[in-house]
Amino acid sequence: MRYFLILFLLLCAFWLLLSGYWDNDLLLAFGAASSLLVAWIGSRLIGADPPRSYPVSIVRITAYSWWLLVEIVKANIDVVKRIWLPKEHPISPCMARLPLSQVSGVAKAAYAQSITLTPGTVAIEVTDDDVEVHALTKEGLDALREGEMDRRVTSVEKGHR
Amino acid sequence: MALLLDLLSFAMLLGGVFLGISGAVGVIRFPDFYTRIHAAGVTDTLSAGLILGGLMLQAGLTLVTLKLAFILMFLWITSPVASHALARAAMHSGWHPRLSD
Amino acid sequence: MLMYAMAAVGILVVMALALVRGFLGPSVFDRVLAVNMVGTKTTLLIAVYGFLTDRPDFLDIALTYALINFVGVVAVLKFVERVADPRAPEDL
Repeated sequence: MRYFLILFLLLCAFWLLLSGYWDNDLLLAFGAASSLLVAWIGSRLIGADPPRSYPVSIVRITAYSWWLLVEIVKANIDVVKRIWLPKEHPISPCMARLPLSQVSGVAKAAYAQSITLTPGTVAIEVTDDDVEVHALTKEGLDALREGEMDRRVTSVEKGHR
Repeated sequence: MALLLDLLSFAMLLGGVFLGISGAVGVIRFPDFYTRIHAAGVTDTLSAGLILGGLMLQAGLTLVTLKLAFILMFLWITSPVASHALARAAMHSGWHPRLSD
Repeated sequence: MLMYAMAAVGILVVMALALVRGFLGPSVFDRVLAVNMVGTKTTLLIAVYGFLTDRPDFLDIALTYALINFVGVVAVLKFVERVADPRAPEDL
C-alpha cells in the first residue's frame, strides 16, 4: 500500500511536470486517472513483496554523480582517441571477473550500471559477489580493478545504512 | 551574453555530433561485436548529453529544459541496461569475444 | 536556426553509418546494436527537430520514443537469446 501511494504521488508529479496544463479540469482528471491505473498495475507487478526502501542521502548521491560524470567524459575521450588514431592508441580487448563489495541489490545494480555507462567497460554478468567485465583496453580494466568506483558506490551505500 | 550562450550551445551541438560520428565510425571499424558495444557507448552517453545540453542552453529555465533533462536521464538509465542485455544475450548464446592475448 | 539544421544533418549521418553496421552484420547482435543506436539517435533527432521548427511538443514524442526504443530492444533480445544461433543469422 505504501509502495502504491508513493508511486501514485510520483506519477502525478511527473504528469503535471510533463503536461504543463495545470488549470484544465478534464485534463487533470485524465492525469489522475492514468496515474492511478499505472500505480495499480505497478503494485500488482511488484506483488505482495515490495523492494526494501532505503533512506537516501542526496548529498552522497550527488557527489557520486559528479565524480561519475567526470569519469564518463574521460572515458569518452579515451575511446574516441582509440577510434580515430588506432596506430598510436591500439585496443586490447580483455575480460575479467572483478569482486564487488556492495551488500544490497540496488547498490550492486548501481555499480554494474556505472561500469557500463563509462564507455570502454561493459558489465556482462553480475552475481552475488563478483561482476564479469569486458573492457576495450587493458588499461581500462586495470583502472577498474584498482576499485575506486567500487569503493565509492559502497560508501554511498554505507551512508544509507 | 546571448551571443556567448549561442556560441556555447553551438559548440556543444557540434561536439555532440562529432562524438556521434566517432562512435558510428568505431562501430563500423572495430573488429568484433563486444568492442563495438564500447563504441556505441560513446554515442549513447556523452554525444547525447552534449546535444541535449546544447538544446537546454537555448531553452533556458523553462519546462522545455526539464523535459530535455528527463529525456537525458532516461537515456542514461536505459542505454547501459540495453548494452548489458546485449552483451549478456550474446555471451549466453555462445558468441565468444576475441581477446588480445 | 542554422545550428539546429547542422545538428540534424549530423545526426542523420550518424544514423546512416549505424545502418551500414546493421547491414554488414555479421551476427544478429551487431544488428540489434545498430538498431539500438539508430533508436537513440532518433530520440535526439526528434528533439532537435522540435527546436528547428519551434514546436516544443516534439519533446514529449522524443521522451516516449526513448522509452519505447528501450523496451523494444530488450524484447528483441529476449527473443533472440532463446531462438537464435548467432552464427547463422540467415535463419532469422
